[in-house]
Amino acid sequence: MGNPIVFLILAGVAVVAAIMMVTSRNAVHSALWLVLNFAAIAILYLILNAPFIAVVQITVYAGAIMVLFLFVIMLLGAEQLRGVTAVVGGERWQQVLALFSGLLLLGVMGILLFQGVGGGGDTAVTINSNPAALGVRLFEAYTLPFELTGVLLLAAMIGVAIFSFRKKRM
Amino acid sequence: MVTIEWYVALSVTLFLIGSMGVLLRRNAIILFMSIEMMLNSANLLFVAFARYLGDLDGQVLVFFVITVAAAEVAVGLALIVAIFRTKHSINIDEINLLKG
Repeated sequence: MGNPIVFLILAGVAVVAAIMMVTSRNAVHSALWLVLNFAAIAILYLILNAPFIAVVQITVYAGAIMVLFLFVIMLLGAEQLRGVTAVVGGERWQQVLALFSGLLLLGVMGILLFQGVGGGGDTAVTINSNPAALGVRLFEAYTLPFELTGVLLLAAMIGVAIFSFRKKRM
Repeated sequence: MVTIEWYVALSVTLFLIGSMGVLLRRNAIILFMSIEMMLNSANLLFVAFARYLGDLDGQVLVFFVITVAAAEVAVGLALIVAIFRTKHSINIDEINLLKG
């Protein structure tokens, strides 16, 4: 499932970008670090024999969603708002609780990796993952969830429109 | 050789960083970006296991996760803009109107 050196480089880029995203004081910088994180993960998708997912990741996540984020950040001027630039906020006990739950999650990961997830070894099966095969699987086995996805997007669209028009009606 | 454990470790690390961002930051927009990163780490695990098990279903599920993420971001950012209009702040500690 890939070359170890390539994996380590991409994983390093992804983790460093994630840490910089969380600890950055400026919201615009955070968004740009997140784009780098998404790009590194898109290359991992390519390594994992999922080319179409990789392209969707770049166009939808790094393209559409992050542009929406940057648009809202700049619309609100959120990178220079009072009270939100501190890297660590909240009460003292909240911070302690957050760090404790983080360590708990880390411990669970350690136990999981110690026990071993799979049989071990590079036993990856080659699958036919071109977009046509993916589309056939999507429309044959997941027709109803696909239709429900349309309903979900319609509901989200109506909700956003209501939020936007609320001021004018009142 | 890169085994599935490496991908699990990377995915959990990214999830952990994202959850720390949600718990420790107070900027609502950065909270949303952290949630996006957590969803993304789950997607990475889906694709890795789809490859490991030779099953295309994992990749199909990633589409649904991306769709839900897109809808969530659209509604969430509209909410943030609406809150900012009324309170002139997106510090989540100041959004406590419903707190008793």
